[in-house]
Amino acid sequence: MIIFDDVHKSFGLHEVLKGINAEIAKGQVVCLIGPSGSGKSTLLRCVNGLENYQRGRISIDGTVVDAASPQVHTICTRVSMVFQRFNLFPHRTALENVMEGPLYVLKENRKQVRERAMALLNRVGLADKTNAYPASLSGGQQQRVAIARALAMRPQAILFDEPTSALDPEMVGEVLQVMRALADENMTMLVVTHEIQFAREVSDSVLFLDGGRIVEQGPAKELLRHPKHERTKDFLHRVMHPV
Amino acid sequence: MTKFIAHATEYLPLLLNGVWLTVMITLFALCLATALGLVWALFRTSGIWSLAVPTRLLVDFVRGIPLLVVLFYIYFVAPDIGINLTALQAGTIGLGLAHSCYLGETFRAGIEAVDTGQIEAAKSIGMKRPLMMRRVVLPQAFKIILPPYANNMVMLLKDSSLVSVISVQELTMQGKMLASSTFDNMTVFTLVALLYLCLTVPLNLLMRKMEIYLGAAG
Repeated sequence: MIIFDDVHKSFGLHEVLKGINAEIAKGQVVCLIGPSGSGKSTLLRCVNGLENYQRGRISIDGTVVDAASPQVHTICTRVSMVFQRFNLFPHRTALENVMEGPLYVLKENRKQVRERAMALLNRVGLADKTNAYPASLSGGQQQRVAIARALAMRPQAILFDEPTSALDPEMVGEVLQVMRALADENMTMLVVTHEIQFAREVSDSVLFLDGGRIVEQGPAKELLRHPKHERTKDFLHRVMHPV
Repeated sequence: MTKFIAHATEYLPLLLNGVWLTVMITLFALCLATALGLVWALFRTSGIWSLAVPTRLLVDFVRGIPLLVVLFYIYFVAPDIGINLTALQAGTIGLGLAHSCYLGETFRAGIEAVDTGQIEAAKSIGMKRPLMMRRVVLPQAFKIILPPYANNMVMLLKDSSLVSVISVQELTMQGKMLASSTFDNMTVFTLVALLYLCLTVPLNLLMRKMEIYLGAAG
């Protein structure tokens, strides 16, 4: 469904993606892991046109993603994104945050959008917070609203950019649980994460990036248990045994 | 003191005529300055070279000229190129234009202060720029802009006294005329100052109330 074909991206002289090739099938959950600065987030942001890339091709169901094209926003109606810092609209309630896209971008019927938004908030366990403003919600709750907002667009895939990195440790679980439920429903997901356990249990495959290249990729369980590459072994060892 | 009050009651009706005109000039100039200021800010943050650069030049140009000179220019030079304006029109347009450049910069700063995460979130649900501005950026920028905007409003009100030099009979002008006919400078200008305060102090209070209200609304 999402195909990366020799994707190159530079910020000025600094090349952050040096030829990425990968393919994500419909319904698959793929985790991107790797050290900071390896290009994981940049790669993710290229998928929905938040960043442009200089060479190669990213395509979603055959449509090429081009951030410079005026049509790039249509990609975002098909591929939603969940951010590290939630990025909820602070001047709107949880319900309004979820309704915003379908109502104003997809121009759907208000009553139906409202019902669906309620159902989505219920699904992420926040039925009682519909009228709360983001500032009064915990990090975990905000991130769950953000997931509901992403789902409200009825996306074909969701991109997660370190969705649990800004959370207190005790809130990580509630967000991962929602993501696990989505995976069980065969949502296509591309997840940048440091949660190795989540990657192992939930994802179908893992891409390990370092220095702008995919060092190793394969089925999650196999790659995380028996990494072949030295760099992968070293990284996993450091992440799982920090002290 | 009793003498002051006796004179004050005598002068007040005349000065109130001036207050009325001062308020009208301020309101119209403020509307013009706000509308144009918003246009300048949107042009400058548009990322479109052909809009941003001329706007920047215009804003820098007008900001670099004393307001008094802008007023003279519009009132005395415009007729030479076939635009005939009354003193009142010239004064209001001059004030509005000059302040639109200050406000434009204030608005731009407010727009640019909105977290980039908000813009990315708006893009990530497929919003195009106009919708993103209307639904996401401007409502948040509004809160940031409000205090400097209030400040500008008070400055505009005070600057409206400058249009007296092109013979608009607003509060300051009325005061000047009254003082020169009665020689009672003390009473007249004290009254003028107090009347300005009667306009500016409530404005400040209103803005503070709005800030608190907006702060509470998240």
